[in-house]
Amino acid sequence: MAVTLDQTIAQKQHTFLSRLFASQTFWVVIAVILACLFLSVATDAFATQKNLFNITRNITFVAIVALGMTFVIITGGIDLSVGSVLCLCSMVLAVTMHAGYSIEIGILASIATALAIGAFNGVLIAYLGFPPFVVTLGMLSVARSLAMVASNNTVVFQFGPDHDKLLALGGGAWVFGIANPVLYMILLALITGFILRWTKFGRHIFAIGGNEHAATLTGVPVRQIKVAVYMISALSAGLAGIIQTGWLGAVTTNLGTGMELQVIAATVIGGANLAGGVGTAFGAIVGAALIEVIRNSLGLLGINAFWQGTFIGGAILLAVLFDRIRNFRRSD
Amino acid sequence: MSVLELANISKHFGAIQAVNDVSFTLEAGEVVGLMGDNGAGKSTLVKMIAGNFRPSHGTMHMDGKELILHKPAEARQHGIEIVHQDLALCNNLTAAANVYLGRELRRGIGPFRILDYAAMYKRAGQLFAELKSETRPRDLVKQMSGGQRQAVAIARTMLSQAKIVLMDEPTAAISVRQVAEVLNLIRHLRDQGIAVVLISHRMPDVFDVADRVIVMRRGRKVADKKIASSSPEEVTGLITGAIEQVA
Repeated sequence: MAVTLDQTIAQKQHTFLSRLFASQTFWVVIAVILACLFLSVATDAFATQKNLFNITRNITFVAIVALGMTFVIITGGIDLSVGSVLCLCSMVLAVTMHAGYSIEIGILASIATALAIGAFNGVLIAYLGFPPFVVTLGMLSVARSLAMVASNNTVVFQFGPDHDKLLALGGGAWVFGIANPVLYMILLALITGFILRWTKFGRHIFAIGGNEHAATLTGVPVRQIKVAVYMISALSAGLAGIIQTGWLGAVTTNLGTGMELQVIAATVIGGANLAGGVGTAFGAIVGAALIEVIRNSLGLLGINAFWQGTFIGGAILLAVLFDRIRNFRRSD
Repeated sequence: MSVLELANISKHFGAIQAVNDVSFTLEAGEVVGLMGDNGAGKSTLVKMIAGNFRPSHGTMHMDGKELILHKPAEARQHGIEIVHQDLALCNNLTAAANVYLGRELRRGIGPFRILDYAAMYKRAGQLFAELKSETRPRDLVKQMSGGQRQAVAIARTMLSQAKIVLMDEPTAAISVRQVAEVLNLIRHLRDQGIAVVLISHRMPDVFDVADRVIVMRRGRKVADKKIASSSPEEVTGLITGAIEQVA
């Protein structure tokens, strides 16, 4: 029987399984699971409730920022300022509350700071055509310096009248003994995933990363969306900063130093492409998880901590290698 | 009444005069071939009609009313669609997503509206069937042939009730069989009463499908005549400048 045009058009080229096996994220998940199984058998300390609680909580700060970074990376941009913005937002929260204001006002001030910085980055990039790398590199320096100015480079560990509320917010475990930061991460990941998959805004982000010129020609509001993604990235850094402040119970001006690189590593390991057009919320979380499991396992296995960077760097290269191999096969 | 009327349109970029004092009219259900050498101002002229550029001088009227466009979306609202030379496709998105880029279908209530994947796949599939193109709405554009990519770009113009479709070199990079398909599509659009402007370097295509030919050289209109009363030799002369100008 001849295949009609309608049948050809209706045909689904990819099944669920073929798409699954073709995704880098899937293989990273497998790597995380295998690593966890291996560690459970090889060490006594890994599969304990305390260690798992620690791991899941440690993942969250990088993962939350990675969720915001995913938006930026999908558009083909980069945000190097997130570590410093996290520090500045923590410091704004700490200083505001230390001065006697309530936790609500502290959080509002902190979020407003994040949004203002994101908007500043975004406007320079989208409207004035600055390269994202340069703008956010500048902001990396500016934001940390402002954090030092705000605190006079001291450690803040007293948060005024709402001190206990803040510590409970970040350090508590309100549901089923799961650390609060983990709950926030899951919630934010769901929101991110929803936006990317189901909204017009999400679709346009992918379009900009795929072909910015085409997006402009078809009437996608490219500039506004670019400003929005840098605001989202800064906001995620701000939220992570607020949560981390509550968890640590103290803020220093070196909080989040070098974090931007961990965050970018997490998104790339999770399958995002720095050239733009590809990335998922789940991938960002999984990437952050793999990095944390590697770090945790090296400690438990008694391997010198100096090796950490080598293993994490290796994971980045390996993840991207998978992607290259798939592309080679396709181009044959 | 003509569907589109351009009067003394000019466009300069700094000191460069891309389009110089061009006037012409466009009737419904008419295919006009717009020809000229590289840099003659064809694309600039079309981009003004599509709302990508604003004219430096001159006016445009649509159905007798003055037409002022600030951005491509406004041109679309007036029923002006364009197929860009580079097709303006996003390789990382599906065919359906590209067809609906910038005007995605959504379902839901009020502010809680999500992308309507099912409806977009369905309608995109119908459009590809109409175009007789073996293009699957769910496939990524990255994996598609030149003809399929063309179909995706052309399907875009069929989403709404267009009055004018501007096509920038639609037959430049596709196979012979697909050229015939695209020309058939142009006739299909014309029969629906749509005015089609076909920018092309390919003389046979223009003489095959167009009713009228406008020739541009160095930003000026040098000819505007019925295909029946012209010849490829004459048009070639006009493009190269061997023939200065005809009435």
